[in-house]
Amino acid sequence: MNRKLVNKILAHLALLPFIIFAVFPFYHMALTSLKQNRELYDRNAVPLLIRQGPTLEHYAKLLWETEFYTWTKNSLLVTVLSTFVSLVIGTVAAYALARLKFFGVASLGTLIFVTYLVPTSLLFLPLAQVVNWLGLGDSKWALVVTYPTFLVPFCTWLLMGYFRTVPKEVEECAMVDGATRIQALWRIVLPIAVPGLVCAALFAFTLSWNEFIYALTFTSSSEQITASVGVTTELIRGDIYYWGSLMAGAVLASVPIVVLYVFFLDYYVSGLTAGAIK
Amino acid sequence: MAIGSVGVATAVPRPSFRARLSELLDRENWLGPIFVSPALILLLLLVAYPFCMALYFSVSNAFIGRPSNFVGIRNFVRLWESDAFRQTFQNAFVFCGAAVGAKIVLGISLALLLNQQLWFKRMIRGAVLLPWVIPTALSTLGWSWMFNSLYSVVNWTGLALGIMDPPGPNWLGQKYYAMTAVVIVNIWRGLPFFAITILAGLVAIPKELYEAAEADGAGPIARFWYVTLPLLKGVLAIVVLFSTIFTFSEFNIVYVLTHGGPMNSTHLFATLARQVGLETGRIGEGAAISLYLFPALMIVVWAQLRFVRKQAY
Repeated sequence: MNRKLVNKILAHLALLPFIIFAVFPFYHMALTSLKQNRELYDRNAVPLLIRQGPTLEHYAKLLWETEFYTWTKNSLLVTVLSTFVSLVIGTVAAYALARLKFFGVASLGTLIFVTYLVPTSLLFLPLAQVVNWLGLGDSKWALVVTYPTFLVPFCTWLLMGYFRTVPKEVEECAMVDGATRIQALWRIVLPIAVPGLVCAALFAFTLSWNEFIYALTFTSSSEQITASVGVTTELIRGDIYYWGSLMAGAVLASVPIVVLYVFFLDYYVSGLTAGAIK
Repeated sequence: MAIGSVGVATAVPRPSFRARLSELLDRENWLGPIFVSPALILLLLLVAYPFCMALYFSVSNAFIGRPSNFVGIRNFVRLWESDAFRQTFQNAFVFCGAAVGAKIVLGISLALLLNQQLWFKRMIRGAVLLPWVIPTALSTLGWSWMFNSLYSVVNWTGLALGIMDPPGPNWLGQKYYAMTAVVIVNIWRGLPFFAITILAGLVAIPKELYEAAEADGAGPIARFWYVTLPLLKGVLAIVVLFSTIFTFSEFNIVYVLTHGGPMNSTHLFATLARQVGLETGRIGEGAAISLYLFPALMIVVWAQLRFVRKQAY
């Protein structure tokens, strides 16, 4: 009994460095964003604490002197639209690939899996050309169009796993009772797969909110860029880094994801493993 | 997708368009292709087509805003003549090897710890997973402040603990330190994926196996070596393959932290491709650089399909 308790305490102690490693950068970011400049740039000050009183000046600068509000709005628009579109496309594709028998279904499944692995950094150069041809150069709509290229394979892959776990009999029963296949999908299968849909939506939201290389490449003007790009490019003037505001921007632009994360932690855990294991 | 009451048209001798449509939609060999086509069209237009363009660009002298001609393998020859590319090629393997290697070891350790009896299980998992959820570009900004040449909290801590000599390394300004910094941030960001996925693998190992091993006199190390590791092999293979492709194609961390510098010592294929293809406008050469990610992708895909997912198809 006692040995068990000792082991438990030891496990916590051994976890401590990992937890500090994981969380410290966020603590330091938040701390920096609240520090007055004279303390921030004082080489003799203790960087782990705020000694000279906190300030909101960096947040004020970010909100009043930059287009941060516009960037966040762009991020939200791009993220919500591309998530929604990808979820719809991914759901029907996943259902077909997991449930229906038709010509080429196996090779299509493989194709989706392969595109799921294609890194965005492989295709951003030619995609920039395609985006220009579509007349979407330097427009946030370019992101709405291109984000589904990595979100759809992801959603499809994740949902295929979920649809396979829904027993076929449930659906067949409904169809014997006179429902069409689409009715069965809409009224029976999708409600059962809601956890999977929530999971796919959360991950798609997170992936597109966090996307950086496409946003950086396809958009550049202040009215079109997303929050990550805005914070990383517009708060650095030449060699001058506005560290306080940079950290304030990093904190604020992470808020939507953190909120989702706190409420849906278990979905994140299961989705992360499902993507790799199912 | 609102399908109302479809059976209304039964008494009509010639089935209405809607009824015929719903009948077609009930056939798997119709519904299947219809359901898959949006995804397929999207992927053909915006993945397969750009990929073919990348192939073409890499053998052309494409330059931003200018018509291009076929130049054969000249881009590739020129790449191998440039020090920046050779350095990048080497960096990619050093970076990927170091980061994935560290993530395997740390990931297994962390997963084993998370699999113990814990008091704040949910909170600890939440904390450990956090780096994976926050936008990488933004959290890397935090790291670049932590590695700042004058105000580095890393150096401050190192000096306070007496493990560094003043003034401490200039993390982002010195060759090997810069690479170390980039690797550390990649480990930080990728560790949650390893730990949580391996944890899922650990949970799936039946308790009886450990009990049997213990009854046979196996100590904790022997149990780890002969029970845990062999049963984790499948999960480990998947995690490593996934991570390899995403680490190899890393962009965000290097772009934000070092921009490839100092002296190209941290450039990876993606960041060099962007610099050559967009910042200097030589799209052809840039595309050729990006394509070096493709063999890595192919190997990973092949290994996944061949060994890991054999049962799925």
